[in-house]
Amino acid sequence: MSILINKNTKLLVQGITGRDGSFHTAKMKAYGTNIVAGVSPGKGGQTHEGIPVFNTVEEAVKSTGANTSIIFVPAPFAGDAILEAAEGGIELGVCISEGVPTLDMVKATAYLKKKGVKLIGANCPGLITPDEALVGILPGNIFMKGNVGLMSRSGTLTYEMVNQLTTNGLGQSTCVGIGGDPVAGLYYQELLQMFEDDPETEAIVLIGEIGGDAEERAAQYIKEKISKPVVAFIAGQTAPPGKRMGHAGAIISSGSGTAAEKIAAFEAVGVPVARRPVEIPVLVKQLLAKRN
Amino acid sequence: MKIHEYQAKEFFSRYRIPITREKVCYTIDEVAEVAGELGFPVVVKAQVLVGGRGKAGGVKLAKSMEEARAAAGKILGMDIKGCTVEKVLVAEGVKFNSEFYVGLTIDRNSKSVIFMASAEGGVEIEEVAKENPDAIHKFIIDPDLGMSPFMARKIAFRLFEDINLVKQAVDLFQKLYQLFIDTDASLVEINPLVVTDEGKLLALDGKMNFDDNALYRQPAIAALNEPDEDEKKEIEAKEKGLSYIRLDGTIGCMVNGAGLAMATMDMIKYFGGQPANFLDIGGSSNPQKVVEAMKLLMSDKNVHVVMINIFGGITRCDDVARGLITALNQIDVNIPIVVRLSGTNAKEGLEIIKQANLPVVNSMSEAAQEAMRLCKGCSQEKN
Repeated sequence: MSILINKNTKLLVQGITGRDGSFHTAKMKAYGTNIVAGVSPGKGGQTHEGIPVFNTVEEAVKSTGANTSIIFVPAPFAGDAILEAAEGGIELGVCISEGVPTLDMVKATAYLKKKGVKLIGANCPGLITPDEALVGILPGNIFMKGNVGLMSRSGTLTYEMVNQLTTNGLGQSTCVGIGGDPVAGLYYQELLQMFEDDPETEAIVLIGEIGGDAEERAAQYIKEKISKPVVAFIAGQTAPPGKRMGHAGAIISSGSGTAAEKIAAFEAVGVPVARRPVEIPVLVKQLLAKRN
Repeated sequence: MKIHEYQAKEFFSRYRIPITREKVCYTIDEVAEVAGELGFPVVVKAQVLVGGRGKAGGVKLAKSMEEARAAAGKILGMDIKGCTVEKVLVAEGVKFNSEFYVGLTIDRNSKSVIFMASAEGGVEIEEVAKENPDAIHKFIIDPDLGMSPFMARKIAFRLFEDINLVKQAVDLFQKLYQLFIDTDASLVEINPLVVTDEGKLLALDGKMNFDDNALYRQPAIAALNEPDEDEKKEIEAKEKGLSYIRLDGTIGCMVNGAGLAMATMDMIKYFGGQPANFLDIGGSSNPQKVVEAMKLLMSDKNVHVVMINIFGGITRCDDVARGLITALNQIDVNIPIVVRLSGTNAKEGLEIIKQANLPVVNSMSEAAQEAMRLCKGCSQEKN
């Protein structure tokens, strides 16, 4: 088991012929992901890397049974691509594009909720279930199959953390990059519950950062609903207020959304917060030992 | 992106949201002329892109020409939180009997636009949020429905009993929502919204912020941007594909990815140092970006040592290493550099770095510690 994606995932790539779409399609395929179709309006009927290309998501889903879609289209068109995926019969959309206007995401997430369709991102590195499926731009070689579930608002910081886990013998069930935008798809609470319900996941790592209060809400949710051990890390303790730290959502505004508040919220509910990435595997091992 | 009060109120006016009679002025003489036209009293308000102007003395009531000139003289050129006041808004002084707060923003949790309304207007809403959060009513707006008349009525009845005021408010709230949507705003506020002695709703002050991601489709708004010195540097960096924010410390850092860049700054602090900047060189493998990033770090005279922290995924470490060598050949770097490369092609990258006789380290922690050791004049105190 794992969450969201596995060896039964049938992946569609929206924007398969673009520069990024094309590059990462090859990487995902090499990792062993079952890529069944691509969409590129006007290029229907062609094949790309041996994968059939369609003009619309609907056609692609009807012809191939694709159930998951990864979106590489440029930001101005990404909101529409998410809507098309949901309308076309996709169950899980993963939007990599960075710079999608917030109101486009408001519209898209509202529509997906009505349709019962899940979304990861936008502005995210995607997700991976090691040895089964890679749906994203994560470097597959650093991951190892195992029992730690991980979720993160950042990309390379996730790689840093995963590398710590893997080199310390802690494999992963599924790792999800939820993205750095203020309005995004699945977030901490939904993913915490999925990991809680996943028999393969034994411990959860949550990597947050400054901005908003999702970490505080996650802490409350963990207290009420999660029985598995959770370890957290918060980036941005030295970030100045009022400045957007690379990610659109990473900003301390009007004195709220600070790392200190988030760390305090986790510690108040008994979730240990690592001060350095190297502490993550140590804390996970301690909690697992205590539990067994 | 932020705009000035007078610009926000120009938007209000375009959407037929009632505002005070007013004009922006750049000199004392202009203020006197406009005050004369408006009649006394007038309010002279500093136009700066930072909050807290009231407390800083940037808002003054003038009951005569003399007072108007004196107020303009004091406020123009004044420093408010590092911003020099270059223009003031001169507005008619209005008599009112009650003041309210209304605003629209994006709520991350509900993934929606929310409308906020409070009878505690005229004070900083952040203070109200902290001390008396129940005094702020929040309404989630369904993006498919927009601001329906029933929703606007529901909000209006929370603030007003008089049906005449409710009717005015319903109209105003719908216009305000439309303005928010049409301009890709991230915040629209009227604070205070007052009820004048004549029983009319009027926006005395206004604030608008915009979604940076949407500026590409809002050229008229993008054109209003007035970056300060730091922001100019940030924009210049952005044009080269770099995300840069200058800070006050001494250890310059170059990292790939925003989260890792923040974590790197935190690590420097953990070992007792102070980061000189946030710098994310992004996810591509273009060696030229590394050259530009080095130039940027070298332009900051406070930087005593450079710490490079790369975890290669899409970014290839050998490309970063090559970029660094090119940079060292092109520009005069006379301060120590610490390099940490992990992930994609790290081995090849480290080989290149070693050949250039630069110190290499194995982890983020080691990099920060080594940077501290090499940093002459950096504080060793752990805070």
